[in-house]
Amino acid sequence: MLATPSLIMTAPMRQLSPDARSYYGLLGLLAVIALFGIGAVAYMEHHGHIVTGMNNQIVWGLPHVFAVFLVVAASGALNVASMASVFGKTELKPLAPLSGVLSLALLLGGLIVLLLDLGRPDRLIIAMTHFNFKSIFAWNIFLYSGFVGLVVAYLWTQMEVGMGRYTPMAGMAAFLWRMALTTGTGSIFGFLVARQAYDSALMAPLFVALSLSYGMAVFLLVLIVSCNADSRAIDDGLLSRMARLQVIFIAAALYFVLVYHLTNLYFTKHHGFERFLLLDGGIYTLIFWVGQILLGSVLPMLMLGTKDVGGRRSRLKWASALVILGGFAQMYVTIIGGQAYPLILFPGSQITSSFSDGVINLYSPSLPEWLLGLGGLSVTGLIIALTLKLLPVLPARLDEHAFRDTSLKRPENAS
Amino acid sequence: MTANRSSGHTQPAHERKGRRGFLGIAAAGVAGILLAPGVRLIEIAQAGQPKGGANPGVRWGMLIDSTACSSGCTDCVKACNTENGLTGGQSATDSQWIRKIEIKEVRTGKTQSLPVMCQHCAEPPCVDVCPTGASFKRADGIVLVDKHICIGCRYCMMACPYKARSFVHEPLTGQKPDVPRGKGTVEGCTMCVHRVDKGEMPACVLACKTAGHSAILFGDLNDPKSDIAKRVAQYASRQLREDLNLNTGVRYAGF
Repeated sequence: MLATPSLIMTAPMRQLSPDARSYYGLLGLLAVIALFGIGAVAYMEHHGHIVTGMNNQIVWGLPHVFAVFLVVAASGALNVASMASVFGKTELKPLAPLSGVLSLALLLGGLIVLLLDLGRPDRLIIAMTHFNFKSIFAWNIFLYSGFVGLVVAYLWTQMEVGMGRYTPMAGMAAFLWRMALTTGTGSIFGFLVARQAYDSALMAPLFVALSLSYGMAVFLLVLIVSCNADSRAIDDGLLSRMARLQVIFIAAALYFVLVYHLTNLYFTKHHGFERFLLLDGGIYTLIFWVGQILLGSVLPMLMLGTKDVGGRRSRLKWASALVILGGFAQMYVTIIGGQAYPLILFPGSQITSSFSDGVINLYSPSLPEWLLGLGGLSVTGLIIALTLKLLPVLPARLDEHAFRDTSLKRPENAS
Repeated sequence: MTANRSSGHTQPAHERKGRRGFLGIAAAGVAGILLAPGVRLIEIAQAGQPKGGANPGVRWGMLIDSTACSSGCTDCVKACNTENGLTGGQSATDSQWIRKIEIKEVRTGKTQSLPVMCQHCAEPPCVDVCPTGASFKRADGIVLVDKHICIGCRYCMMACPYKARSFVHEPLTGQKPDVPRGKGTVEGCTMCVHRVDKGEMPACVLACKTAGHSAILFGDLNDPKSDIAKRVAQYASRQLREDLNLNTGVRYAGF
C-alpha cells in the first residue's frame, strides 16, 4: 500500500539557492557562535564547573535545558517523515527528507551540548564502553546512536534511486525508535524517585507530546524560512494542515502538563512544590505562566487557529518561533525549577544546614553556559544550512503545479 | 601505501627494502616506547591490588543517636574534612560529604540536630542511574564512586534522595593519598573505607567519641553480636526517606 514510486520520480528535489550575502552571513554568524561555544568549553574544562552557575544543589543547568530541548525536538522533527511513510500521507513525501535531516541536526546539536557539559567529556570512550543497563542514561546512549543509524538509513532509502520500496520499512523503524527515544528522554526524569518534580511515569508521555510539538515547530520554521529564501512555492493548504497539526500537538502537550499538575495537587505531600511552581516560585512561576503557557502555548494556538493560516507565512513563522521559545521555557521550569525546590528529608519540619537544606536553591546561568548552549544550537543550524545548500532535500516546488505534474496526491482540504 | 606504490617504479629495489626495513624498525620502536610504560603501569597497579575483596558477609552501618548529638557541634564534619582532604568550605560549589542538619518540628517546635551523609543504601538509586557503573556498592554495603570511570554526568546527584553527593567543581590541591578525588567527578562519604579496611572506625565516629558524645555507633549490621546490631534489634530506629524502601546502612534513633 505504501510502496509508492520513488521520491525522485514524484517530486524533483533541488538544493537551496538563497541570496548569497544573507546565506553566508547566516553561516558566518552561526560559525562564530559555535566558535564561542568551543571557547566556553575550553574555559570550563580548564577551570572546572566553578565558572558555571551550577553547583551541588542545581546540578543540571542551562546546558541541559538546551540539550534536552534539542534532543526532544529531534524526535518530533521526524513527524512529517512519519506521516508520509508510516501514516500514508503521500503528499508529505517530498518533505520527508527535510524532516530526517532536521532530526539528525537537532539530535547532534543536543548531544554535543550534553557531552561537553560532562565533568569529564574526555571520557566519552568510557561512556561508550562501560554500561550499567539498569541506568536509563545507558539505554539512551543506544537509543541516540540507533536513532541516528535508522534516520540515516531512512534518508538513504529516500534519496537513492531504486531504494524507495524500502522507505516504508525504514520509516516505520525510525518512527518506533523515536517513540522509544523520547520515552527514554522523559524517563531520565521519570525514574528519579528522590525529587518531587520528577518521579512520575507521566514524564515519558509528556515528553513524547512535547517532542511532537517542538519538532513540528522547528520543521515549520525551517520550511518557511527556506522556501522564502529562494522563493520556493509551497501549497497553502499543505501548510494549513501542518499548522492544524501543530495546534493539536500543543494541546496534547498542554493536556499532559495539566494532568501532571492535577496529580501533584491531589497529593498533599506535593502541595508545597506545586505552590512553589505555580504561585510563589519567582522566576520559575513567571517563566511557567508567561513563557510556557501564554507565549509558548496559548498564543501560538490562537495564531494558528484560523482557517487560512497556510497563506500567512509570517504568522506561521512567528507562531512556530513562539512554540520553540515556550519549549525552552518549559525545559527551564522542568529542569532548573524542579531542582530549585528543596528535597524533603524531614516532613513537617523546618531544616537548616550548611548545605542549603530546606531552602530554595539559587541558580543564575553564567556566560560560558549560555555560549555552550547557543553553540550547540548553532551546530544544529550549521548542519541544516549546509545540508539544504549542498543536498537536494527540499522539493523544487510543492504547490498546485507540483500536484498537477506529478503523481502526488493533493491534500484533501487544500484551500 | 599508495605513495609507496606510486613512487616504487622509480626507486631501486634495495632502497625500497631499506626504507621499508627502517619504517618497520621505527614503528616497532615507537610502539615499544608507547606501550612499555603502560605495561609497567599494569604491573605497578596489580602489585598494589589488595588480596581478596570486601567481605560479602558484612554490612557496615552506622546508628546515629540524635539525643546524644549536640546542636552546634560539628566535630564529625571537621574530622571528615581533615581525613578526606576536603577544604571545609561551605559555598554552594564546595564538597560536603557530611553536614549537620538542625531540625525544628513545625507543630511542636521541638528541635534536634543530626549529621547526614551518604546513607549507604542496600538499594542505592545512585548506583541504579549511573550510566557507566562508576557508582557502585561494595560487597560489604559501602557505596562508592570509581573515580576512573565517572564521567561527571551528575545523574547520581539528581537521583540521591539525601543530597549526599558533591561534584568537584574546581582543580584540587592537597589530596590525601588514601582518598583519591578528581576534578569533574562526583564524590561522597566513603564511610572512610580506607580506615575500615584497616580495621579502624570512620573519622566522624572517632571524632564524636573523642568529643564525649558517642552519638554515632559504627559496626556490622549483619553480626548479631555487634553493638550496632543489638541496638537496632532492641530499640526503635529509623531510616531517612523510609518511604523509598532503600534499606539504608545509616540508621537514626531518638527522633
